[in-house]
Amino acid sequence: MSTKYIYTFALIMTVLVALMLAGSKVVLGPIAEVNEDIFNKRQILEAISVPLEESGKSVATLTDQEVLDIFDKQVEQAVVMADGETVEGVEAIEVDMAKERKKDETERMYPVYEVALDGTKYYIFSVRGSGLWDAIWGNIALKEDMNTVAGVSFDHAGETPGLGAEIKDNAKWRSQFAGKKIYDNGKYVSVYVRKGGAVDMDHEVDGLSGATVTADGVTDMLYKGLKAYEPYMKEAGNGPTSMLIK
Amino acid sequence: MATTTEIKAPKSEPLFGKKERILLTDPLLDNNPITIQVLGVCSALAVTSLVYPSLVMAVAVVFVCAFSSLVTSLLRNSIPKAVRLIVQLVIIATLVTLVNEALKAINYPVYKQLSVYIGLIITNCIVMGRLEAFAMANKPWRSFIDGIGNGLGYGLILVVVGAIREIFGKGTLFAGSGIAMRFIGPGQEYMIDTATAGQWGSSWFGWYANNNLMVMSVAAMFVIAILIWIQRSRNPKLVDIS
Repeated sequence: MSTKYIYTFALIMTVLVALMLAGSKVVLGPIAEVNEDIFNKRQILEAISVPLEESGKSVATLTDQEVLDIFDKQVEQAVVMADGETVEGVEAIEVDMAKERKKDETERMYPVYEVALDGTKYYIFSVRGSGLWDAIWGNIALKEDMNTVAGVSFDHAGETPGLGAEIKDNAKWRSQFAGKKIYDNGKYVSVYVRKGGAVDMDHEVDGLSGATVTADGVTDMLYKGLKAYEPYMKEAGNGPTSMLIK
Repeated sequence: MATTTEIKAPKSEPLFGKKERILLTDPLLDNNPITIQVLGVCSALAVTSLVYPSLVMAVAVVFVCAFSSLVTSLLRNSIPKAVRLIVQLVIIATLVTLVNEALKAINYPVYKQLSVYIGLIITNCIVMGRLEAFAMANKPWRSFIDGIGNGLGYGLILVVVGAIREIFGKGTLFAGSGIAMRFIGPGQEYMIDTATAGQWGSSWFGWYANNNLMVMSVAAMFVIAILIWIQRSRNPKLVDIS
């Protein structure tokens, strides 16, 4: 076979394959984007799974449409900077925490989700940090007092299943966070994951056996991540509380 | 697809005769790609911690294996020999990308769970091995059957290993899908602490503590090795006397 034949064959094949792949992206891309959006929103709602369950809904059994409906009707999105200033024109769900983390601290944008549920308001903040192998991230829901944790959801890129991955898979472990306080008499302390078991029941949760580095990563992520929201919390917390209740 | 093959196959040979049946069933046991040929072990170790992702992975490999064999076989006389491996690779990569895009659109959570492993089907030795060993020298219909057979052989081991690992590692079956069921042990809300030690779940063998080793990929190594051992010791054809 001549060289010319090989070149022609390769050219035709490449063009055909490129057309096919481009076509599949055009057809399936929008559906995939919707799915990704729902997936992310579900993870955010996971942080308030306890209050949601009290109102008769379970995050696991919510249909895709219900997730979108909750976000449409009950969630107000805001984006804030590290100094507490609100950024206009950006939806919180569009903020990519992985990209923000690479920016300078003063330029980072932080998403805030205010969820109104049965007359109570919850604030969900996104945090991101490092586990043992790769990135870990999560959403922390605070109650209206900007002090009490209502719930958390975590995810990870590559923690070991059964050990570090328990931060996502072990619902029982995550449930410990509900009710913890991030302020100790007005001093910011965050929530501490203590190896060997929580000592201070107000601000600490039990560690995970075999996942000390991941658990330390969670502690670190929570401390730094929530600290960035402090100016916003003060601003929102100092406002007249009657305005916050719908 | 079926119409083209009907024209090509000589009328004396049935569409699905003895030879086709052997092509389909031989890779399931006697010539299994994982336990006998020991190919595609990388993904078999990585994705088998749960049954449901294993099943999705198996379906993806069957699809890629079958259709890459079919396409390669259809093109086998026009593929320039000098670049045949690259051409095979392009065919596989195209199909894998299609599967990846389709999975993203159909089931995003499972796509997230399988992450890079769908993409890594490209490097799965089974697929390219079958193209090079079979599809380049056989007619499209038989190549297609051979692809399905080998994909199923791979998938069978994947699901068996996944089931063993999930039962003993998490106490569940089909977790993450619509028909998730708790099988043995106290289930996922279990944690080793004194407060819950007395509250065993409602499933069988409530005293069973999930074995974390089974969740890690080393367990797949043991499970596959034991499967190979059992299969080789039971089948006289496979006993290696050298």
